[in-house]
Parts: sequence; C-alpha cells; structure tokens
Amino acid sequence: MHNFDFVKPGTVADAAAALQGDEAQPLGGGQTLIPTMKQRLAAPETLVSLIGIAEMQGVCKTDAGELSIGGATTHATVEAEAASLFPGLAGLAGRIGDPAVRNRGTIGGSLANNDPAACYPAAALATGATIRTDKREIAADDYFQGMFTTALDEGEIIVEVRMPIPEKSNYQKFLQPASRFALTGVFVAKYADGVRVAVTGASEEGVFRWTEAEQALGSNFAADAISGLSVSADGMINDLHGTPEYRAHLVKVLTGRAVMAAA
Amino acid sequence: MPKDGGIGASSKRREDVRFLTGKGRYTDDINIHGQAYAYFLRSEVAYGKINGIDTSVAEGMPGVVQIFTAKDFEGAGGIPCGWQVTDRHGQPMQEPKHPILAEGFVRHVGDPIVGVVADTLEQARDAAEAIDVDITEIDPVLDMRAALADGATKVHDELSSNLCYDWNLGNSPEEAEQVMNSAHHVTTLELTNNRLIANPMEPRVAVGDYSIANDDYTLYTTSQNPHVIRLLMGAFVLNIPEHKLRVVAPDVGGGFGSKIYHYAEEAFCTFAAKQCMRPVKWTSSRSEAFVSDAHGRDHVTTIRLALDENGKFLAIHTDTLANMGAYLSTFSSSIPTWLHGTLMAGNYTTPIVSVNVKAVFTNTVPVDAYRGAGRPEATFQLERVVDKAAREMGIDPVEIRRRNFITEFPYATPVAVEYDTGDYHATMDKLLELSDHAGFEVRAAESKANGKLRGFGISHYIEACGIAPSNLVGQLGARAGLYESATVRVNATGSISVMTGSHSHGQGHETSFAQVVAEMIGIDEKQIDIVHGDTANTPMGMGTYGSRSLAVGGSAIVRATEKILNKAKKIAAHLLEASEADIELKDGTFTVAGTDKSVAWGDVTLAAYVPHNYPLEEIEPGLEETAFYDPANFTYPSGGYGCEVEVDPETGKVQILSFTAADDFGNVVNPMIVEGQVQGGLAQGIGQALLENCAYDENGQLLSGSYMDYTMPRADDVPMFKVDHSCMTPCTHNPLGVKGCGEAGAIGSPPAVVNAVIDALQRGGHDVKHIDMPLSPDRVWMAMNS
Ligand SMILES: Cc1cc2nc3c(=O)[nH]c(=O)nc-3n(C[C@H](O)[C@H](O)[C@H](O)COP(=O)(O)OP(=O)(O)OC[C@H]3O[C@@H](n4cnc5c(N)ncnc54)[C@H](O)[C@@H]3O)c2cc1C
Repeated sequence: MHNFDFVKPGTVADAAAALQGDEAQPLGGGQTLIPTMKQRLAAPETLVSLIGIAEMQGVCKTDAGELSIGGATTHATVEAEAASLFPGLAGLAGRIGDPAVRNRGTIGGSLANNDPAACYPAAALATGATIRTDKREIAADDYFQGMFTTALDEGEIIVEVRMPIPEKSNYQKFLQPASRFALTGVFVAKYADGVRVAVTGASEEGVFRWTEAEQALGSNFAADAISGLSVSADGMINDLHGTPEYRAHLVKVLTGRAVMAAA
Repeated sequence: MPKDGGIGASSKRREDVRFLTGKGRYTDDINIHGQAYAYFLRSEVAYGKINGIDTSVAEGMPGVVQIFTAKDFEGAGGIPCGWQVTDRHGQPMQEPKHPILAEGFVRHVGDPIVGVVADTLEQARDAAEAIDVDITEIDPVLDMRAALADGATKVHDELSSNLCYDWNLGNSPEEAEQVMNSAHHVTTLELTNNRLIANPMEPRVAVGDYSIANDDYTLYTTSQNPHVIRLLMGAFVLNIPEHKLRVVAPDVGGGFGSKIYHYAEEAFCTFAAKQCMRPVKWTSSRSEAFVSDAHGRDHVTTIRLALDENGKFLAIHTDTLANMGAYLSTFSSSIPTWLHGTLMAGNYTTPIVSVNVKAVFTNTVPVDAYRGAGRPEATFQLERVVDKAAREMGIDPVEIRRRNFITEFPYATPVAVEYDTGDYHATMDKLLELSDHAGFEVRAAESKANGKLRGFGISHYIEACGIAPSNLVGQLGARAGLYESATVRVNATGSISVMTGSHSHGQGHETSFAQVVAEMIGIDEKQIDIVHGDTANTPMGMGTYGSRSLAVGGSAIVRATEKILNKAKKIAAHLLEASEADIELKDGTFTVAGTDKSVAWGDVTLAAYVPHNYPLEEIEPGLEETAFYDPANFTYPSGGYGCEVEVDPETGKVQILSFTAADDFGNVVNPMIVEGQVQGGLAQGIGQALLENCAYDENGQLLSGSYMDYTMPRADDVPMFKVDHSCMTPCTHNPLGVKGCGEAGAIGSPPAVVNAVIDALQRGGHDVKHIDMPLSPDRVWMAMNS
C-alpha cells in the first residue's frame, strides 16, 4: 500500500469539500477499497472516511412509506434495523460476505462500486430506489450503467438510499462457490401497481431487470407464471464458475424460488 | 476403559495450547536485528525471452540495499530434483536447470526474475516497480497433449522435447492388450485429476542470516524437512558445507506437501544475507503463494479395466499424462511414478496391471506432492473405473469389489509392491454398518419426494505410506535415503528430551511421540518433550511427508528408547545387586523378578549421571541414545469410504449428507489425533471433488489466483464425519505395528464423492457416466442437460 492522507469529516459538506482535492476518494467500510490499495491497484492520495457522518447512518421509514438507509450504514445495521420494515432487504444484507464484512461494509460503498456480482444493486433496482447524493437524486433505473460503472461523478457521495417498501419481496442468492458473492442473484419485489425483478451476477452489463417476468408476475404473482418464459444466454457472464447458459437457467430458477419465498 | 496416557490414549494435543492461544512461534515471527526485506519481481507472462533488465532507477531508490538478478547467481547451482526417474528405455529423465532467478527466459507466471533487498518491504516493492524487464513473449505450452505433439514449442530449448520421461510399470502394455481383446467386458474411462493448490494457512517465509564471526549461515524457513533443505541447498545450490549451515523450521502452519521442497526464495535469502551483510527476510503474500508454491495433481488419464462374465478383474491398463510444470520440483518426478503406478492394483487381485506415465513440461507452476501425492490419482481412476464397470455389468458396486478383494497376505502385486497385511472385507463391513447402507433406499425415496436426487458412493482405497526402505527407493531413483532418526536424551532426574528428525506442522507429534516413550518406560507423558525442526539440535532426519512420521520416525524413537532401556536395566541390575536377566520394568519401576526389591526410574537415571555406585568398568555414564530406523517395506493403510449426497436437479448443486470412513491404520497411538487427521484429509478430498480447481487460461494466466475464484472447502461444505479405525491389522514390519493416517482421507474420498453423484444422477434417470472434478454446480447441471 502506498502512503495516503486520511480525513474523517463529520458532515456531508465537509466530506464534499475534502473530496475536491486531487486524487481524493471516499472510504466507506473499506472492504473493497482497502484490499485494492494493498494490491497497489488503487493509490488515492487522500481517503475521506464517510462513517463519521451522522446523517449518513441508520435506517428508518419515511412519511412516504419508503425505507431510508444512510449511505454509510453497514450491512449488519441494515440486517438488524430493516428486519421488520423490509424483511426481504434485511435477508439480503444478512447474507453478504461474513460477519466482519457485514460489520464494516456499507450500502453506499456497495452501490458506488457496483460489482456485477454484488447483492445491493439487485435490491436497489428491484425496488426502483432513489440514490440521493450530495448533488442530486438519481433513479435506480438511471444509476446502474454496466459492470463497475454508475451515474456517479468523481467524488460524488451517496448520502442516502430510499427504497419504496414492497408488499412482498425476496432475494435468492446462488453462491459463487469461492467468493460467495452472487453467481446469480434475483430480487423480486411486489408492489400494489406491479412487480419488479432485478438480476445480479449474471450479465456482462451488470445488474438488469427481467421485464418479461415482471409482466408475467404482475398479472399472476406465482412461480408458475414464469414457467413458459426463458432467459437468453446472450451477454451472460462466462467464467470458471458458470457458462452463460447456466447463468441464464439460474435466473429463471431463482426468480421462481424468490416468488415462492415471497408469496 | 479408555487409557489416560500412553499408546491408545486420546491425550490432548499439548501443542494446541500455544497454537490456539496465539503463542506459536512461526518463521514470520522471527525478526533479527538489522534485518532487511526481500521482494521478488515475478513474471507476469507464462513464457518469454528476457532481452534485458534495467535496474538503474531502482538502485537509487530509498532504502534499497541490493538488487539481484540471475547474474549474481552464476556461481550457484540450480535447484535440484531429488528423484531421477529412468524411462522405459532405460534412459534418465530430462532434467532442465531450475535457476534461483530466471536465466534468459521466464517460464511461468510467478517465475522470479529479480530479487530486491531493501530496508523495508514497501521500499523493496517500490523499487521493484521501477525495474524495467524487457521480455519478448512466446506462445506458452499449456495443454499436455499439445506439448507432446511434433513440432510443439519447447518449454526448455536445451531439451529434446517437452517429455520429461515415458515410464512403464508392471505388465507390458501388450500383455494387457491381449487380455482386453479377449475379455468378456472392458470398461474405459477418460478422466482428469484436477490441479490443486495446497493453501496451507501459513504462507511460506524464509529468513537468511550470515555470521561473519563464525562464517556460518542460518536459514529459518517454513519447511517440513529442515535437514533435507540443508542438504539440497548447502550441497547442490550454494556450496555451503553442512557444519556451516543451520536450518530451522520452527512452528509451521501446515504444509500438505507444499513445504517439502527446496524453493528458490530459501536459497536467495541465505545467499543475499551474506552479500548484504544483513539478515534478509521474505514473507510470501497469499497472491504470491498461488503462483510460487508447488501445485498438486494435474493428471490426464485413460484407464481400461477388463472383466470376465462374473465381474472378476482380468487386467488393468492405464495411460497417464502428468504435468510437471515448468521445472522439476524436489519430488515431482517420483509422484506420478513410484507413488502412483505402484498403487494401481488397489485392493484387488487383478493379475495383469500395466501402467504408463508420460511426464510433461508446461509453462505452469511446478507440480509436486500434495496430501496423498500420486496415491489419490491412482485411487481415483481405479475406484471410478471399478464403479463404472459395476454399473455397466449390472453388479452391485459393493459386490464387485468384494469379488475381487485380496484376502491372502503377504500379497505381491504386479506393480512392484508387496502388501504385508490387511482385511478389506472387514473395513467394507464396517463402512456398510456405520453408513446404514441398508437403509439407503428409504432415504433415497424421501429425497425423491422432496424433488432431490440422492446417491451413495463407495471407494475402497489402499495406499503406501511410511516412505520408505532406502535401498529400494535408491534403486528407484531417489537421491536420498528415507530412514528416520531419533535421539532420546534422558536427564538426570528422569525427564526426557526426544530429538526427532521428523517435523510436525500440525500433526501433533509432540503429543503422540511422547505417548510412545511414556508407554515404553511406564512414566507420565509430561516427563517427555519432543524436540524437532532445527538441524542444530536434532539428528539428520528426512522429515515429514508420506504419512511417515509415526511409522518411520516413531520407530526410530522406539529403537532409541529400547537402547535406553537396555542400558537402564544394566544400571538397575547393578543398583539392585541382581542379574540383568532378572530385571523387569513396570510402571517406571525396575524390579527383581519374583522379589519386592525395586528401584525407581528416577533413581536409575540419577545414577547414570552421578555414577558413584555404578558399573563404570562395563558401561559409560550418561543415558542418551540415538537410533536410525530404515523401514523394511512401505506400510499399507486401507479402508472403505462411503459418501451420501443429494443433488438439486434444478441447479446441479451437490450437498454431502454424510461421509463415513472405516480405515485400517494398524495400531493407533492417539485415536483423537487420528480422527482429526482423517477429518482434515476428508475435507481436502471433498475440496478436490467438489470445489477446488486450479485453472489457467489460454495465455497461461492463472484464473483461480485468489480466494475469489479458488474454492477452499469451508465448514458448511462438509458434513459431520463418521470416522472409525477399529479395524486393525497391525503392520508386520515396524515395531509399533502402525501404518500412517495423514493422507488417507484425501486419498480415499474423491472417488466416493464422485461415485455418489453419478449414482444420484443415474437414479434420477440421467445418463451421466462421468464428470470431471470439481463437481461444481455448473458442471453437474451441464452434465445433466447435455
Ligand atoms: C470477503 C468479502 C465478501 C463479500 N461478499 C459480498 C457479497 O456476498 N455480496 C456483496 O454484495 N458484497 C460482498 N462483499 C463486498 C462488500 O459488500 C463491500 O462492503 C462493498 O462492496 C463495499 O462497501 P464498503 O463500504 O466496504 O466500500 P469501500 O471499500 O470503502 O469503497 C468501495 C468504493 O465505493 C466508494 N464509496 C464508498 N462509500 C461511498 C459513498 N457513500 N458514496 C460514494 N462512493 C462511495 C469508494 O470510494 C470505493 O470506490 C464482500 C467483501 C468481502 C471482503
């Protein structure tokens, strides 16, 4: 690891100011960034820690019936505090990595990183979440722009994530055996006005919505509803752990399981 | 009643106090005043010609002490291979030079090119990043079949081809072919034995130190055999006489074979310590371990089994390509030959066994022994082909094995070894009992009702341990003896230090070896300490691998303790004014037979060191003896393993529901330690069967170069094991009657797991005959759906 400066501001404004500097980068839980720095694949000159910012911490329900999660809230906190408000999300958070990762890693870090196999992007997309930054609000449908790519500008901070709370929801994660990230993961969220299905781990374009399934499930929220559908293997990830065909197949299996678990 | 000490007692592992409380002293814990740090600039390409190395910028960087390239090692030898295999034409194997730092060419990703020594590790790394290595890439040689094709690029220009050797054992291929041609049935199976990375918890570390005062060197290293490193590095690489070189392997955090070998980094740190006049330390990062620790397995095999109409085995013919990687690691050449071909008869009376192995150079990390070493590869192909034959012929897999079991001992196989003892029906019976084999159909029906496919798989393995008789292995090409040594030093008050040439890196020798000595003398285990791992205070020994420590090292301790007891009896006889023939030893007390005259162990030992009343004219004072034990034969543990799985037909995911191991290890010194060894081996075998896969891409880049892609078994991947070792046919030729248990789990389990999955799939109506390991969900699903 190369030397770097470390600052830990107490407000979003101070953090934003600190991030104006050249080669400054936000630090959430460090579960992705620190290993990258140890491998010398990243060498920021200043790390701006976000975990001391009170307004970026914690989970609550807004008046509009959304779940609001501070951008620096750890997975473990989401697991505990969303348990009764939004169990589908709490279940997702509780199966990210291991306890050490869950006690450090944050939702903002996960969404900023947008690893194609990460779990939170599926929840954010399936709920049609709003990503609030220090500069603007971004709809989930506009936010994810491919593997490790998002709508965020350099130094932009995810301050809050707001997710409309679904009537029913479930996340099915099929483990990549080594990393235990999602080899394929499917988040299904049922609302009064429709169903959203988001898939992570499978596509070379990162997290995506399976719209045919959304339509089918919108009129009949049962696993059977998708039995006639199939997912194309085109554009699916091919690696040591699964072929495009296998991932495409898993998308359907996991969607069915998520619906069954949610229903 | 379980014993509370001595042979057969489950004494708690005394070493665990330090291991479990963070008080172990590992090589990385050793920091010597003034120490500098080494960092290796390694090849990022699989094959290339080095046009030039520019270190000029790096040399001026902060903290840099010295930068080394191959030029600095012109006076040093290459890293030697410890076993010369003779091919089927009587020619020695092709043996390329393995330089400490790359000479002219890089031959695998991870091949060290430059060694930078600096005040701190970060400075060494900074400097390494400023070094410019100009390399012209060459298309790498990766696939073994392609490597042997005419006109293939050669990994080593100076060799005639990429073939290291073409080796036969047992009956001639023609003899086997004749039987195949006229047999009632022939079962053929093509398979790979997947390449693995050992992944001990502790990565490798080396600290070299040179004393100008004494002109001597010390190397602290993560080794399973410090004396072997001293011999190889001193005599063949750096030309340091043994009395000027001390090698210390303190607590070592697991080896699994990967820490047997002499590695370039050890020689580098020792050499650089003198050049820099400072101690030099290198600690492998985990990423570095993936590309610099020797890998294991990596065989491609075609095996054929000929049977008569009753399922009797008539002949086996097997052809294997064995990957050597880019250079020959210390024991690499012996693994696919003498540790693999010799096991191809298995538990069976097959009269004709013909083995061919071609060892091949490729642009990959060197391949060498990994827990089981050759024997898992033999067991896997044999137990898979037997299972396949049973299915093809409609014979129960248990029954077909029973029909072919060897029942008379000693049994000379067609592949050069003689089994001294065993009872394969007994371990098979035990396996069926413990695994409730009879109740399987009921359980299978339950699974089916839940939409899952359940299967049961068996393997019945044999292995050869306790390597090995020196005169035999010498004929086979070993460049070393394979005895073991022990010095038993009895102190004046009766406590004992045992110096062993074995090395413990997790096996619990400090506990079980003490149990042996305690039993022989009849004193408390606490009176005995086991000393190992330092060439300065242990007799020349060959170290620990091949499940040899108790069978060979323990036998040396027995022999030395016998010498002690002989002498102690003489002293006791003198003290008791009796004839030596009348002296009996029981519970640490010497008694004159038939009388109540006695003298305690401590009084005898005190007399040896305070020889006031002592037969000085007959015997010397003191009580210290050394023995070297060279075994008469290998030992042959065997056992029946059963695995029960459930396959999720929607995803291909395999879950192991139960795993039963019924082993025959001969006599058992510490049942708890044996159980732990078997459990660890099973976890590794299950890892190979379902999870672990060292894979390269077409450019020779390691695809599974971190734990993000290399799947180690975790606790929830393995079931609660049922481990039994109550079937005991004691080894007939070592004094303890022990056979060795360290590798069995990893040897016997992979075919049981694969057989179980195939069983599950076939019961589910899928015509799947084989899947190559690891049986990851995607592979199982693809097999079911293609
Ligand atoms: C062993 C292990 C297992 C894991 N398993 C899983 C898993 O199963 N599923 C899964 O989804 N993830 C998994 N992860 C990833 C984990 O969830 C990380 O915590 C997460 O991806 C990054 O969050 P972080 O807070 O640690 O971010 P950091 O590592 O601190 O930062 C990551 C990136 O995000 C930026 N960043 C951080 N916070 C913000 C913010 N508020 N606004 C803008 N940019 C920001 C940083 O600058 C950096 O570029 C695993 C990680 C590890 C180490």
